[in-house]
Parts: sequence; C-alpha cells; structure tokens
Amino acid sequence: MEPEKAFAEKLTRRGVSRRDFMKYCTALTATMGLSAAYVPKVAEVLAATAQRPPVIWLHFAECTGCSEALLRTQYPYVDDLILEVLSVEYHETIMAAAGQQAEDQLHQAVKKYDGQFICVVEGAIATKFNGGYGKIGGRPFLQIAKDVCTKAAAVICMGSCSAFGGVQAAAPNPGGYKGVGDALGIKTLNIPGCPPNPVNFVGTVVNYLLLGKLPDLDDLGRPLFAYGKTIHDQCPRRSHFENDEFVEEFGSEEAAMGYCLYKMGCRGPETYNNCPVAKFNNGTSWPIEAGHPCIGCSQPDFWDEMTPFFEEL
Amino acid sequence: MAVGVEIPENARIIRNLLMGAQFQHDHIVHFYHLHALDWVDIVSAITKADPAKTAALADNVSNAQVGGAAYYKQVQQRLKTFVDSGQLGPFSNAYWGHSAYQLPPEANLMATAHYLEALKLQARAARMHAIFGAKNPHLQTLAIGGVTCVRDLKPDRIAEFLYLWKETQAFIRDVYIPDLLAVASFYKEWGSIGGTTNFMAWGEFPESDQEPDSLFMPRGVMMKRDLAGVKMADQEKVTEYVTRSWYEDGGAKHPYEGETKPVQEDPKYNPDKGKYTWFKAPRYTDEPCEVGPLARVLVAYGYGHKEVKAVVDSVLKQLGIPAAALFSTLGRTAARGIETLVIGERMETWINALIANVKKGDTATYQAWKMPDKGMGFGLNDVPRGSLGHWIKIEGGKIKQYQYVVPSTWNLGPRDDKGKPGPLEEALIGTPVADPKQPLEILRTVHSFDPCVACGVHVIDPDSNEVYKVRAV
Repeated sequence: MEPEKAFAEKLTRRGVSRRDFMKYCTALTATMGLSAAYVPKVAEVLAATAQRPPVIWLHFAECTGCSEALLRTQYPYVDDLILEVLSVEYHETIMAAAGQQAEDQLHQAVKKYDGQFICVVEGAIATKFNGGYGKIGGRPFLQIAKDVCTKAAAVICMGSCSAFGGVQAAAPNPGGYKGVGDALGIKTLNIPGCPPNPVNFVGTVVNYLLLGKLPDLDDLGRPLFAYGKTIHDQCPRRSHFENDEFVEEFGSEEAAMGYCLYKMGCRGPETYNNCPVAKFNNGTSWPIEAGHPCIGCSQPDFWDEMTPFFEEL
Repeated sequence: MAVGVEIPENARIIRNLLMGAQFQHDHIVHFYHLHALDWVDIVSAITKADPAKTAALADNVSNAQVGGAAYYKQVQQRLKTFVDSGQLGPFSNAYWGHSAYQLPPEANLMATAHYLEALKLQARAARMHAIFGAKNPHLQTLAIGGVTCVRDLKPDRIAEFLYLWKETQAFIRDVYIPDLLAVASFYKEWGSIGGTTNFMAWGEFPESDQEPDSLFMPRGVMMKRDLAGVKMADQEKVTEYVTRSWYEDGGAKHPYEGETKPVQEDPKYNPDKGKYTWFKAPRYTDEPCEVGPLARVLVAYGYGHKEVKAVVDSVLKQLGIPAAALFSTLGRTAARGIETLVIGERMETWINALIANVKKGDTATYQAWKMPDKGMGFGLNDVPRGSLGHWIKIEGGKIKQYQYVVPSTWNLGPRDDKGKPGPLEEALIGTPVADPKQPLEILRTVHSFDPCVACGVHVIDPDSNEVYKVRAV
C-alpha cells in the first residue's frame, strides 16, 4: 500500500485529491470487470513500477486521432502515464527526436527490449503493390510492421484502422489496406473505435501490469471487459425503444425528451462497446447523450457495413 | 448550401463554440507539445537551471497560477528522477545541447514546467467539445441542418462549458502568451527566416447568416506580402495540379471538376523531375498560398481588424520588431498565439448569446431539409491548421462528385507545372543550418506550419547542403 499512498500524495501536490484518485481507480477497476477487492491493487499499479514497461507506438495509415484520444486521459493524466507508468520509447507525435534520430531510436529500442516491449499500432497497413501506398522514409508500413511487431511481447491495435483496416480499407480500397492482424497473419489485441475510449487502453495496460497477462478477449481480439455487450443493451434510452418512443427528426420534441434514436439510424443494436457506461472525456458525454445516433465505429468494416449513417437499420 | 438549408442561430453559435474551443485546444498543444522542444532544451532545464531564479523569471514574465521556487524544484526533481531511471521515453535521442538552443537554463525550466501543465490543461479543455459534441476527438453532434445536442442547451451544461472556457482562456492569457513572448525574445533572428510570399484565408466564425461579411476571422487573400492590398478571396480561383503527385496526369482543375485517380503501381519517389508525393498542389489564381494562423492574422491585420490589430501591434512592440518580421517562422508561431488569444476572448460573446436565447425560450438547434435530386455547393472554413474547402455535386439524391482541399496540401503541396514550389518548400530555402546531421533549424520551420503528417524530416545526405543552401552560423 505504500506506493499507493506515495502516489496519492503526489497527486495531491498536483491538485488531484486522494478521493478523486481512488474514485478513478474504482471506476477503472469496474470497467475492467474486476471485483472491488482489486481497487487498492489497481491504485498500486498506477503508483508506478521500478522499471516502466517499454512501449513502442507505430503510426501507419491513420489520422492520429487515437493518439489524441490517449492524450485526453485524466487520472492518470497523460504526463503521469508517460513519465511514471509507461516508458514510451517511440511515438512519432510526442517524441522530441525527428528524422534519422527518430529512426535510430526505433531500432535501438527494438533491439534493447526485444521480446519485452508492448507494441501499440495506430493505423492500417497497405498490402497491394508491395505495400507501396503507405511508406515512412521510403520503407513500406508492411516491412516496418514485420520487423517490429514480431519482436513485441504483445501487439495492441489502438483504433479501428489498425484493428480492422478502417477508412482506407473501405471500398474500393485502392491500396489494399488491412488491419495489422490480417496483414501480418498474427494475433493482436484490438481496441477498436474511431477513436477508442482511452479508458479501455489504460484498463488493458493496468490488467497487464496487475495480472501479468492481457485481458480475456472475444473472437475479434477485443477485451471482453469493454466490448462484451452491445451499446443497445447498456443504453439509458433503452426503455424508450421498448415503449416505441422514437426520435424521427433531430431537434424535435422527441429529441428534446431523449427518445430512442433507432429510427435516426442508430447502430447501437449491432455495436459492441462500453460507451454508455464509460463515456468519454472523463465521463462528460457520449454520442447518444449528445443526441447523435451511434455510427458503429468500433465494428469491423463500419465504413462499408454501417453506412449510410442516419438511415434506419 | 448544396441542399439549401439555413441552420438556426443556436446551431451556428454552438458550431462556433466548438470551433473556438478547437482553436484554443489545438494551438496550446501545438505550441507546447509539437513545437516548443524545437526551441527549449530540456536537458539544460534539468541540469543547469536554478529553481529560485526560474521562479523569479516566471513571476516577472507571466501570471501563471502555479509557480514559486518549490514548484520549479519539484518539476526539476521529477524530471531528474525520470532521466536517472535510464528510460528517457519520448525525450530520447533528440538534439539536446545543440548550439541553436539559445534560451538561458531558467527559461528552459519555466517552459518545460508549462509543457507539463499544458498536458493536463488540454485534457480538461477538450471537455468543452464533449459537452456539446459527445466526445473529443471525432465529435458526434454535427448534422446537415444544425446540431443534434438539443438536450445540452441547459444551464448546467452551459455553465460547465463557461467554466472550462474561463480556465483555458486564463491559461492562454497568463501562461501561453507570456511564454511565447519570453521564448521569442531570444530568437528574434527567426523574424527573417522561413517566410513565404502569398497568403489566403477562407475565414471562420460567422456571427450572422451573412457570409462572408459576418465572419469574425475574415476571408481574404494577400499576394506578394502586400499588407495594404488584401482582397476578398473567391473559391472560383482555386485549382489543383497533380503533375508532381502520385495521381494520373491531367491539367490544373477546379475542385468541382477535380479527379483523384491514384497511380496503379508502387509509387516511385522522384523529386527531381517526376512525381514525389500524395499531396496535390493547390493554387489560387495559379499562385501557391500559405494558409493557417499567419495567413489569417495577416489578412485580418491588412483589413485593419480591430482586435487582431491591437494584439499584433502590442506583440511587435514588446518584441521590438517591425511588421515585416511577421513574414517568417517567428511570425507564424507568434500569429498562432495571437489568434488564440483573440478568438478565445470572442467566445465569451457567443456563450452569452446562447444564454440569452435559451433564457427567452429559443432552443431551436435544427432545421429540416430535403435531399435534392440535383445540386451543387461548397463549404469554406478556416480550421486551426488553415483554409479548408469542400466541393460537392449531387445527382439522383447521391454524391456525384466530391473534392476537398485541406490546409496541409496548401502548405506542404509539391511543385506545379511551372516548377513553382509550395509554401513550405519556399520557406525552407535559405535556412541556416549549423550542423546538417542535426537539422534542428529545419524542424523549427517545418513544425511552425503544424503539418498534418507524422513529421519526419530526413536530412542525412551531404547533398542536402545544396538543396537547402546551408550556410554556417
């Protein structure tokens, strides 16, 4: 318990109360599907370990929205995550090095932590024309991924692009884009979403640090603690669905009363995610709360399978 | 526009508030997390700075709410512990100790502390988006005809937004701008490096349904650095070249006629004579134009925009530099801070207008519309990185043609048929580089554009000396 106390004290100095911190740990523990008995242990893990687990974060065909999503994490704030919980060895957006120095850093980190690092991938991989549609410094993503992902202790796909291919894999997919697992023929842990909720990334990492293994996954490689139920089954508007109370126009009286968005094209019934429970940006809101139908962004091939958006299923 | 719908006033205000929050958030993150380490040496902050002197410096230049010798000592200790662990993480292998770093150690420590403060602040600032837009990033509230967040037009939600806006704007006023001025004062020579020639802004923040007249950040174009010659910009004058891009050849085309046909092969990188990028080359009246914070500020300044002019003049005075120094890397980075301050201040009037509407019972957020069988239209915006245009043609109730021209293609696009370079390429010519193997100076100008690519600049070939005309400093 000592490290936990020390960490809480540190948070206090930075304006975060011990109560808030424990509240966060409780919420995270619940999100992860663990019993309340784990709360102090989760707090301990976040209180930092002697050697921070090395993370190599690769960017392929993507918009960096998933990195941005991670930057929005609160408790632990991202500075704690970077300075005290993880050791982010390579991440093109936040690292100070660039060009040749960045390349060198990648190679050094892969060599130094061979078989031990967590590889997080954001973005899809081009496979057509020898992977020619997607390169960094003249090297195809496909080659970089083969070199790096195969040496990792675990590969975490952050977002729908690395998990399932995303927007660049949508028809007609001119570059032959695929998710990482598909492109390399390996098993990956997938945290899909456009972007995913950072709480599910933190939950996965804490699970790894706490129990020494990755969380249980469904057949699409998604952690069951986050993706075990549909949006529809957890939706606070569900009773309106059962009572045939539907929104049929945005801004209408029914919309103002918070009726069900099924007829506005909501994909909640077909989408597995914990958005209604976890919510985004420190529990501020989520799409259906903002009156917007779910677009199914964490399901495979959602750009092809869930469109046209705003049309009833 | 293509479907002929006028959105309600509340929808316009909420869109402005979301965009305003985007400017506040993005520009803070750009300055502290994507650009500052080009100017700030973290190793100097850890090993050489005196916390007490840093506190005195900070008290002198900024109004930051946190500070004092104990605070700076703690930040320094935290980073020391981090470095002593041997795991340098994102600070590994950078250009620390490079001769082009010119800040005194105490200024380095102050800026590094604010780098960490800003990491926290931006997570809170992003909640403004979630209040009306469900989440950040990738908001879900925008719909053709308005916004969907009708249930969030409530006192508690608006008050929460107001609180977050206040906290963020206080940081901009009391920390970001003072830091910007403090850092800039040590790098005044960058007021003559990294400039471009032509500037264009579509403008943003409509304050009535009259566009472009009511845009708070105005629409305009300025050619050849002529501050007195700013004119209204017209989307009809936009074309895009693909000669040097990995698309099937074709002449310069207006976006209504534009095509996007990628080459059907492994694209070859041929920067000398052939194709070398996925970016197209946008042109305005056949000229390359810089877009983004500097373009917006110059256009507004040229028009004599009251709020922008006041802040620009005050910044120039405090730094003791002439208006001509705006055409530079320093000017671009300063303009980003200037517009953040001005736009952030303006947001208060939008919040008050929303409150007044809700108070009188007006909660309209959406106007119904019908998809036409045939139609065409364009949407012109200015987002944090610069001018963003969308062009659409509708036929049979479906999209027939769609093109967009985004900020980073304006700024980073390749040469055109006549061999004219794009703005970034132009800006880099003549950049002094002390050590070609550690081209920190190149990064400064590249990052000042806030490019929308995971940015890796490679200058590893000695031949680059010719390309960039390196001279010793």
